[in-house]
Amino acid sequence: MPEKAFILQSSPHFQGSDSVPKIMYTVIIALLPAVAASVYFFRMRAVGLYISCLAASLATEAIFLWIRKKPIHSLWDGSVVITGLLLAMTLPPTLSLELAVIGSVVAVAIGKQVFGGLGHNIFNPALVGRAFLQTAFPVAMTTWLPPATLAVDTATYATPLGNLKFQEAVAQGTLTPLKQLFWGNTGGCIGETSAIALLLGALLLLSKKTIDWRIPAGILLSLTAFTGIFWLANPDKYASPAFHIIAGGLLIGAFYMATDMVSSPIYSKGTWIYALGIGIMVGLVRLFGGFPEGMMYSILFMNTFVPLLNRTFRPRILGERRTAS
Amino acid sequence: MKTKTFPHGIHPPEGKESTAEKKLEFLPPPEKVYIPLHQHFGNPAEPLVKKGDAVLLGQEIGKATSLFSASVHASVSGKVLSVDGHNHPLGKPVLAVILANDGEERVHPEWAETEDPFALDPEQIRKKVKGAGIVGLGGAAFPTAVKITPPKDKPIDTVIINGCECEPILTADYRLMMEYPEEILKGAELVRIATGADRILVGIEDNKKKAFDFLQQKSSSYSAEVFLVKTKYPQGAEKNLIYALLGREVPRGGLPFDVGVVVQNVGTAKAVWDAVKKGKPLYERAVTVSGNGIKQPKNLMVRIGTPFQAVTDCCGGLHEDVNTIIMGGPMMGLSQYALDVPVIKGTSGILAWASPKQITEYSCIQCGRCVEHCPMGLMPTQLMKYIKYEQLSDAENWGALDCVECGSCQYSCPAKIPLVHWIRLGKNQIISQKRKMSA
Repeated sequence: MPEKAFILQSSPHFQGSDSVPKIMYTVIIALLPAVAASVYFFRMRAVGLYISCLAASLATEAIFLWIRKKPIHSLWDGSVVITGLLLAMTLPPTLSLELAVIGSVVAVAIGKQVFGGLGHNIFNPALVGRAFLQTAFPVAMTTWLPPATLAVDTATYATPLGNLKFQEAVAQGTLTPLKQLFWGNTGGCIGETSAIALLLGALLLLSKKTIDWRIPAGILLSLTAFTGIFWLANPDKYASPAFHIIAGGLLIGAFYMATDMVSSPIYSKGTWIYALGIGIMVGLVRLFGGFPEGMMYSILFMNTFVPLLNRTFRPRILGERRTAS
Repeated sequence: MKTKTFPHGIHPPEGKESTAEKKLEFLPPPEKVYIPLHQHFGNPAEPLVKKGDAVLLGQEIGKATSLFSASVHASVSGKVLSVDGHNHPLGKPVLAVILANDGEERVHPEWAETEDPFALDPEQIRKKVKGAGIVGLGGAAFPTAVKITPPKDKPIDTVIINGCECEPILTADYRLMMEYPEEILKGAELVRIATGADRILVGIEDNKKKAFDFLQQKSSSYSAEVFLVKTKYPQGAEKNLIYALLGREVPRGGLPFDVGVVVQNVGTAKAVWDAVKKGKPLYERAVTVSGNGIKQPKNLMVRIGTPFQAVTDCCGGLHEDVNTIIMGGPMMGLSQYALDVPVIKGTSGILAWASPKQITEYSCIQCGRCVEHCPMGLMPTQLMKYIKYEQLSDAENWGALDCVECGSCQYSCPAKIPLVHWIRLGKNQIISQKRKMSA
């Protein structure tokens, strides 16, 4: 035996400083401006939703980790906090807190843990919870309230997209002005209304390369193209692409939900198809579907293709013959 | 001038400051050397001496057994203590010749100066290179004589001299370029003659601007062109350097021969010159001894067979908290269990530091950073999953065997998954399965 023995480890012996919790907490920090905006516009209703969603998500995760005999420290990797935050942000301000708790339990239990926890889920967990609530409690999920900063008749209040779909807002000239949408002084799910707050966080995520820029770029591109064609053909009937981009859940979905690494493709070719697909689906639903908003279902729909995209597209290996030529 | 480079790769911290300006010192030969008979890619050498024999400095003590093998020479003069198994930096004990140094440095009489090495024909150069036991000194230790014998049907037009030294911390190649530029360029010229190439390209990373200026200035008298390449890991990986300098891609599973190129490390070029001009066999090499666990980091010329302990002792010893010893660079080096292993022909560095206790590993979150950084265009996370679930044919189709184990994927992995380890395991399984099939 030698005097002193050293650690044997496999190369490389250098490790970059990025880590899963760092990525998750960067996303949480990026969400804070939008969280602040939602509290400003929807006051205690927003606070209540955040508290119930976060508490229920963390509790569900903890219980599952305990049952599955997994290390409890993964509770603090930040991923479940994102799920709770995102779910709360995509709920209408009127929703009762019990339903928010039910949605959170479904999001973490069915959306994430049954697949094997972080990294194994097929769908975005927050959206699974939201889709469940939307299906089980459709009325509660579509009862809106104007922001506290707006003095309007609450009984007939509708979201900008609801207005567009059911009230023929373009023809009537009652379409919500872009400026109002940009600041977030409008109805909708609590975290989706303020475009400026969401874009602020998105800047952080893009500059730190936490999210893949191709995903929001692809979504915005295909949605603009799709809605643009109809708008150019008949501006008296269809809303402009700019309206479609900043109204509803498009921005929060494009920058924070479709970009979820676990449920989006690994390689850029697949990423483009995934992102372009989401944009077109959203356009289809909003223009011709039964719902005013299609972001949630579009992301969930394209999530299902991710394993297939990951198996179909891979980079060209150095020295591999180009298939094109 | 635009610096050339290859796609993808990473930028690890360089950590070269502590030794970059430290000249190569000759480490005094130790009292005992342990010279393994297997220090290269291929078959081990056969011992030519036995216990009690007297040997001279540079005397052949191990004979190359086949084409893919290399001779081994005595790095001191003295007496053979034993020919026995000894611990080896590659992990398992290997037959080694253990010599007691008599301190007299009596040189073997077969050393012969060649008056005009450039007048030799390719066959003569190759013979001298083989006789000197030269192997690639970049780390892979591939027998150089084989590398400068291109197959008849594969004409060579370019010799690339690799002065990238893209591994962090290492500065031995940089010192060789600063202190032996003429020898490197002359050695390159000999390689060019041996391979029948038309030109020599030297690639140097742009963090070694001084070496670039210096070599460029000297290169006017030789047929060499010196290029700056971007400081990016793994710029010095053979296939990536060929792509950076020539835009040629070595085909999957192929060799640089296939695109008319031979790549030699700067240290190897110098060794070729020493062997052909002076008749000096390869019995010493430049080693960077560094890392924050070494009290006095240095660049040393070390005799082959010197135990690591003797090398670190000469550098002021190790700090108390050192728990990791690496042979080679931090990205591709091999960790060592103890300091009793000897310096071999492939030892480009001896690094020591205190590693953090334990790194928490997470599940893959499919962020795709490994794909983004892989210089070979692979999907490391996908390969890892195929190998983990024993889908070896999928792993092979997706390029497991194309992996050069550079570690870029694992370096950039936020989940801290030992990707290289998984892929290495898969490669071994695929290769042994193939052997079984063909047997």
